[in-house]
Amino acid sequence: MSVQKYSISGRPRPTGSKVDLYVWWAVRLSSLALFVLALAHFTMTHFVFDPGDQSAEWVRQTRWNSVALRALDWGMLMAVLVHGFLGMRTVLQDYVPSRVRSLSLGALYLLALILFVLGTQVVIALPFD
Amino acid sequence: MSRGTGPLASPQKLRNYPSYRGGEGMAAWAFHRISGIGVWLFIILHIIDIWLIGVNPELYDYLGQIYSSPPGRVMETLLGAALFYHALNGMRIVVMDFWPALTVYHRQMWRIVWIVFFAIGLPGAYIILKPIWEAVG
Ligand code: HEM
Ligand code: HEM
Repeated sequence: MSVQKYSISGRPRPTGSKVDLYVWWAVRLSSLALFVLALAHFTMTHFVFDPGDQSAEWVRQTRWNSVALRALDWGMLMAVLVHGFLGMRTVLQDYVPSRVRSLSLGALYLLALILFVLGTQVVIALPFD
Repeated sequence: MSRGTGPLASPQKLRNYPSYRGGEGMAAWAFHRISGIGVWLFIILHIIDIWLIGVNPELYDYLGQIYSSPPGRVMETLLGAALFYHALNGMRIVVMDFWPALTVYHRQMWRIVWIVFFAIGLPGAYIILKPIWEAVG
């Protein structure tokens, strides 16, 4: 359990476990989506608008009054959940002792599921004008 | 050639890496991991705060005031820095994973990451932080 399994760039493509290989691909493909979506989102929320403008009412009326923007935000939600939680899976596997590893991974996936439900609920249920 | 079996991934070379070439690769990796965990922590808070728009808009607006307060803006600047470094270095990783031949330029790419980081990040930080002194002055 040390950095020796990492190379100059990052985690080498796993060759042993099929699951690890799929995770490796999912982290990389979702990162391409996030590069566009998350940086565009940060640009919108800080350079185009300002956190001071973004009241709940404002978000509902100007941002989320469009199905397309809600869909885009939901897509970003999916990408960030896949990427962030599979990324944290690798981190936990590196540091958590094997005795409590499956417990901690279970907690990680449960948290991802809860955030999936909350994030999806608000996109769908928030009323349009 | 899959990188898992390539010369760069051989345990012997990796163990020697920090001494025979300097530590950029190691620093790049450590910063990438720390920034990834940091942004992940923010995302937990952020999905909950956006959920509040539906269930408790007053509480959301209250949190929004914290976001736009001076300490909130400092935190967002740090969040933006973590996200931006992670995004740029992440692209560097993906480029080398998909085109292993480019791995020989890993150091140049790491330098490009920092140039872009500061060239775009410093003006960005200025825009985020500006309201702090404009409100006072
Ligand atoms: C903005 C575009 C992003 C890009 C291009 C990107 C790219 C990457 C890549 C390529 C990896 C794999 C590193 C490796 O295997 O060595 C990774 C890992 C990770 N990412 Fe991202 N990422 C992005 C956004 C995010 C966001 C928004 C989060 C937070 C939710 C995040 C959290 C993580 C975590 C926790 C890891 C695991 C770190 C590790 O294993 O050392 N990333 N990222
Ligand atoms: C402090 C910085 C940030 C602020 C002030 C902010 C603000 C907002 C706001 C106002 C919304 C509502 C919809 C919209 O306007 O698009 C939103 C949604 C969202 N943001 Fe951010 N954002 C920030 C950073 C981030 C980062 C770094 C990510 C990482 C990818 C992110 C991911 C999301 C996602 C996934 C949604 C949709 C949530 C859902 O569908 O339930 N945000 N954000």
